[in-house]
Amino acid sequence: MRTGTFLIAAALVGLAIVVLTRIFFTNEYFFFAAYVVLQYIVLSTAWNILGGYTGYINFGTGAFFAIGAYSSAVLHKLPALLKTFDILIPAVPLPVMIVVGGIVSGIVGLGTGYLTLRLRGVFFAIATLALSVVVQTLIVNWDYVGGSRGIYIIRPAQAPLGGGYIQYLYTLMMALSVISVCIARWIERSRLGLGFAAIRDDELAAEAGGVPTLRLKLIATTLSGALMGMAGAPLPYYVTYLDPGSSFNLAYAVNSVAMPVIGGMTSWVGPIIGAVILGTIQQLATVTISSALNLLIVGVLLILFVIIAPNGIMGLISARQRRRAAIIEAAVQQRQAAA
Amino acid sequence: MVSLDLLINAIVAGILLGGFYAAVTVGITISFGMLDIANIAQPAFILLGSYAAYIITYYVPVDPLVVGFLMLPVFYVIGMAVYRLYYYSFELRGEQSIQGLAFFFGLLFVAEVSLVLVFGVDYRFVEAPYIGPSLHLGIIDLPLRMLIPCLVSLVMIAVLQLYLSRSFIGRAILAVSQDGLALQLMAASPTRIKQIAFGISVATCSLAGTFLIIIQPVEPSIGRDYIGRIFAICVLGGMTSFPGMVAAALLIGIVESITATFYGPSWAPAVAFGFLLITLAVRPAGLAGR
Amino acid sequence: MSAAQTAAGPLLAVSGLGKRFGGFVALENIDLTIAEGERVGLIGPNGSGKSTLVNCLCGTLRNETGSVLFDGRPLDGLIAHERTRLGLARSFQLPKPFHTLNLIDNLRVPLLYTVNARPGHSLSDADVRARCEELLQAVALADKARRLPRDLTQVEMRKLELARAVATEPRLLFADEAMAGLSPSEVEEIIAVLLRLNQQGITIVLIEHIMRAVMSFSTRLLVLVAGQKIADGLPQEVMRNPEVERAYLGE
Repeated sequence: MRTGTFLIAAALVGLAIVVLTRIFFTNEYFFFAAYVVLQYIVLSTAWNILGGYTGYINFGTGAFFAIGAYSSAVLHKLPALLKTFDILIPAVPLPVMIVVGGIVSGIVGLGTGYLTLRLRGVFFAIATLALSVVVQTLIVNWDYVGGSRGIYIIRPAQAPLGGGYIQYLYTLMMALSVISVCIARWIERSRLGLGFAAIRDDELAAEAGGVPTLRLKLIATTLSGALMGMAGAPLPYYVTYLDPGSSFNLAYAVNSVAMPVIGGMTSWVGPIIGAVILGTIQQLATVTISSALNLLIVGVLLILFVIIAPNGIMGLISARQRRRAAIIEAAVQQRQAAA
Repeated sequence: MVSLDLLINAIVAGILLGGFYAAVTVGITISFGMLDIANIAQPAFILLGSYAAYIITYYVPVDPLVVGFLMLPVFYVIGMAVYRLYYYSFELRGEQSIQGLAFFFGLLFVAEVSLVLVFGVDYRFVEAPYIGPSLHLGIIDLPLRMLIPCLVSLVMIAVLQLYLSRSFIGRAILAVSQDGLALQLMAASPTRIKQIAFGISVATCSLAGTFLIIIQPVEPSIGRDYIGRIFAICVLGGMTSFPGMVAAALLIGIVESITATFYGPSWAPAVAFGFLLITLAVRPAGLAGR
Repeated sequence: MSAAQTAAGPLLAVSGLGKRFGGFVALENIDLTIAEGERVGLIGPNGSGKSTLVNCLCGTLRNETGSVLFDGRPLDGLIAHERTRLGLARSFQLPKPFHTLNLIDNLRVPLLYTVNARPGHSLSDADVRARCEELLQAVALADKARRLPRDLTQVEMRKLELARAVATEPRLLFADEAMAGLSPSEVEEIIAVLLRLNQQGITIVLIEHIMRAVMSFSTRLLVLVAGQKIADGLPQEVMRNPEVERAYLGE
């Protein structure tokens, strides 16, 4: 399928799901839960653009996500701030916040990448781990957005697109999921994706083949960081009370690593599978068991998968297909030999 | 001249803190610097050390440092077991980079969540006669809860340095860090040597964890604050050298302490990250250079 | 790519090149020139700096001193992929295939990132496909086009490595131990491939231990010992050089 066709198909599927669920589900809880699963589709797809395609691990999903969330918090308070200088602007619409969150996170991704991506991948991974601590430090010390106390965000009374505000957030997150999956799939089939794969497999050989590795890695970190920031931008309106603890939750980092690893990192389908399975399990389990136990399961699954099935569920499926193809090939050869 | 007082005390506190940071980092200098295994789960092992000291001193009236020493062999065995698992799952398949990092990240996370499940998120602390009192030398305050970990830490590092440079296995570890092939020619198995070295690197967490809980109360998530710090010190110190690492630890300790004194303690965690980024960007070979 | 184009100067001119690793001097004051169309054998004992020299010339490592002119253009400061685009290609001592990509995609990397990145070149998808098949046919790998590198034998891996380097349409090719560990008949096969490439106009520097292969291939020999060039000339003459004999017998 060509990228354009796929984009239209994915948009239609997304739209159909949104319309149907909004007709058939009246329980608000469904939308709260579905929002989280969709948010994880965006996060794990974004993580995979860097981690799965180019082979550079990002442990700082929480930081990029929080940068998106806090840039929205700033924009939310902006009209009030400007009013004190007698500048009147209307409330910033959420889609604009998503774009801004994406830009800010993308720039942070570019900066972190620029400083560390010349070195071996492990240094980038460590830098992203430490980045979470630093962004958290900055926000804890930033009084304008509530510091360590946190900040209350009041949702607009009226939700665009009809329905309640949570339905609106859910619809936006569906749009973001469709966009990020289409970007991931387009990359996979483009020259860019081929270059990413070459970097993942062997960076020296990629350079020798003419691939500008540093530039491509920076494109991947920027894009991946931007999508994570976009996923975080609606968060203040989802939680209505934003504090450093909730937005830096290590769960984001763990889930966005675990989901692609469990689903499979080499194609766009893997992160979706991982996000839907793990995201749904966690949404169901939070109701029934404690959230800590819940995260323990994710951590244990992550360890088990990297040890036992490092190519994830997609890897298991394609290995099965390969085996089958080999059996068929052998049978055909046998028949030819017999004839 | 109040601020001079403050500055001197901040520097002294930073030196004591740096001595402790050296104990926290020495394991990473062995595993990451010498063996090239990026064990980002090291802070989890350190916290396990803290909680081991907490739980044992809670039931048995012993000094936490004694627990730290007694638990060394236990942590050594844990370290060897983790290396075995790592070796068979990743090194042998040649997949150490991405999968190995994800593995250690999973360990870090599982350890933290398990500690939350068992102990909750409350701060835990230990009791010892030297927690509380300070030595006063003129204007300088030397809190014993900082001084004693710092001194024990430096002794531990000196012993390790002697072990690496004098004993056969120690020299084999240094050799493996330079050239695995040369070691094979010496008829020693690099895997076995690496397993011992990794065991030692985790064993240091028993003492480092005890120091941590002597210095401050702990809760499961504080381990994360140490990741940036540990790796910043290791890289800044030139990856493989203990003296370089100690110098880097002292430097970061002093800068953090001054930052905390003059700008507030909540800014201190950003210091190490700043150092890490600058070192990686400007001088990846570390202070000592190569 | 006729020889007349660059008859004015050598294709590659290296002067005063030096490289250290910490205190260890890997290369010291290397001067050499290579003319268009030559087949040069670069030999020397293990650790004499042959691969380091290739790495410096191809931009994988950065030399501290000296300068490199390629077709009259200074290469200093250019990173590896920029040098590849100018027409310097290499194969690696240990083959480094892109192990998750099939053979076609392995070759598409240099075609899309090097050939198509040159001004005035723009291969269509169909051109790229045709070129991949042509390249694979030239090294007798066409029937494995859709396989992954792990399905290849040792000699096929070497051929893929060469095909990938040749796909960049280089003017100068460094073949770094393209034959290590191969049987005599396989060595003949690779030599034949290299000779054919040379006839097509690619200047080749062969880094090799197998002396029979070097002697049958090269029109000129360069000898490195302990990071210094100790001989440079016609193969037969170089082999009679007492210094070279000493270096090799002493090994």
